[in-house]
Amino acid sequence: MEDLQILENLERYVSGEMTQQEKIAFEELRKTDPHVDQLAVEHAYFLHELDRYSALKNYRHSLHEVENKMVDEGLIAQPQIKGTEKVVYLWKRYRRYIAVAACIAALISFISTGIVVNYAKTSGNQNYELLVNKINQTNNEISKLKRSTLINNVPAARRTEPTVGYRGTGFLIDGKGYLVTNAHVVETMRSVYVENNKGEYFSATTIYLDKNSDLAVLKIKDSSFKTYTYLPYSIKKTTSELGEQIFTLGFPKSEVVYGEGYLSANSGNNGDSTAYQLSIPANPGNSGGPVVNSNGEVIGIITGKDTKADGVVYAIKSKNIFNLIDEAKQADTTNNLKIKVPTGNGLRGLNRVQQVKKMEDFVFMVVGN
Amino acid sequence: MSTTEQEKQLLTGLAQNDKEAIEAIYRENYTMIQRFVLSNNGSVDDARDIFQEAMIVLYEKATSEIFELNCQLRTYMYSVCRRLWLKRLQHDQKFTTKVENLQETIPVEEELEDHEKKNTDFMIMETAMQKIGEPCKSLLDAYYLQKKSMQDIASEFGYTNADNAKTQKYKCLVRLKKIFFVQYKNA
Repeated sequence: MEDLQILENLERYVSGEMTQQEKIAFEELRKTDPHVDQLAVEHAYFLHELDRYSALKNYRHSLHEVENKMVDEGLIAQPQIKGTEKVVYLWKRYRRYIAVAACIAALISFISTGIVVNYAKTSGNQNYELLVNKINQTNNEISKLKRSTLINNVPAARRTEPTVGYRGTGFLIDGKGYLVTNAHVVETMRSVYVENNKGEYFSATTIYLDKNSDLAVLKIKDSSFKTYTYLPYSIKKTTSELGEQIFTLGFPKSEVVYGEGYLSANSGNNGDSTAYQLSIPANPGNSGGPVVNSNGEVIGIITGKDTKADGVVYAIKSKNIFNLIDEAKQADTTNNLKIKVPTGNGLRGLNRVQQVKKMEDFVFMVVGN
Repeated sequence: MSTTEQEKQLLTGLAQNDKEAIEAIYRENYTMIQRFVLSNNGSVDDARDIFQEAMIVLYEKATSEIFELNCQLRTYMYSVCRRLWLKRLQHDQKFTTKVENLQETIPVEEELEDHEKKNTDFMIMETAMQKIGEPCKSLLDAYYLQKKSMQDIASEFGYTNADNAKTQKYKCLVRLKKIFFVQYKNA
């Protein structure tokens, strides 16, 4: 008997689906064939483990739903502590940190007097602000959506810290439902949802995340998502030129916002050669949005901005998307991950308004908590 | 109905993944646990985490063959959470002050050891599930977690018929099993 067949019989045997006759025959087989018997024992154990896993996973899912409901209702919330009580509480909670912080502060003040000259150079990073949007007010919206659109397949509780929602932007790199966004947008999310410009929500999973390049690949899971056979834009493999006119679409608020500008430098923060510097308006929530040139090529992905300088926005160069997809394919053990990067030129020759209209459908709001 | 009977019913509900039972236990016990965690160097997030874990311990108890609560549910939850929180504090080495004891506790060490073992098993299966990749993951998820019929799965995943889907499912299952046992032996 084929192994697969044995497994099938076994599963029916364990779940009690077999007729009396089949049962006797199968037990006889187990007695006579030690290979079958061993396989049966092993498989029965494994099925038991899988059953337990499935039940617990479903249970964890229910726990989450109930927990979210409790948060909505305010049962789970920071209690209001007043006056001296609060001071005592904070002191109790943080006294070790305060002591450590004091030591560090003292140390730093000594060291920094020595290296004050170098300091100006290294301080650049502190001006770098990631453009992911932390949102309290949309929490309700998100939990509502959880109840309506999620059926059973939410990933189980990953133990991450934040309880607030985040919002960013992502766009399709394959009509089958693969999106690219920034790693920092999704890395802390317990569950990820994407919303298109029609207000339709889909649940998504992060299938690959690369902190180095700050990029992530998402896959829309919902079967209600209608795949696109054609995406009108392409992803540019080469570096773009200074002064190129560009535009972006993103979700600094709950509807899509258009921004336009130009490519102002061929390197990002602190000379980062994997990024561009753009002159374009961008706000928290724009992270992960596509930067598109007038030929309808995606040349980059918005990631952050300089907090000290006006209109200095950084975007990861689009060629990193290709590396990202290669890495994602390598990390995928099934070798089944097929992402076909779009090569459409449906935006070429159109005016800006038409380009935006065509592009809009493929840019998604990425939210989660 | 007496409290014991009520609590027994809650546990039966819990074992069947009944959201109302879960909610009732949250409403009855969460505030107490949050107060305990907050007054012992913890945050609201910590309290949520700890409570969630305790709910899993309780679930494991409710689904085990010998399930019997020898004390009030409240005392049980408090004992488990207290133990879990002490462990966390020790682990993070934040353990500086004596933890306030608000009420009586019962010994739960054995159960927590058991829980840890089960948790490891769960994690092994979870990693194995992550590793098999698509479409296997979704396929097995649909069959074993969502308990969908082969017919539905076939149409959802675009297999020509239920038999094809079934064969595919078995192949995936064999793969999952392989990965699972490799990790299981290493653990």
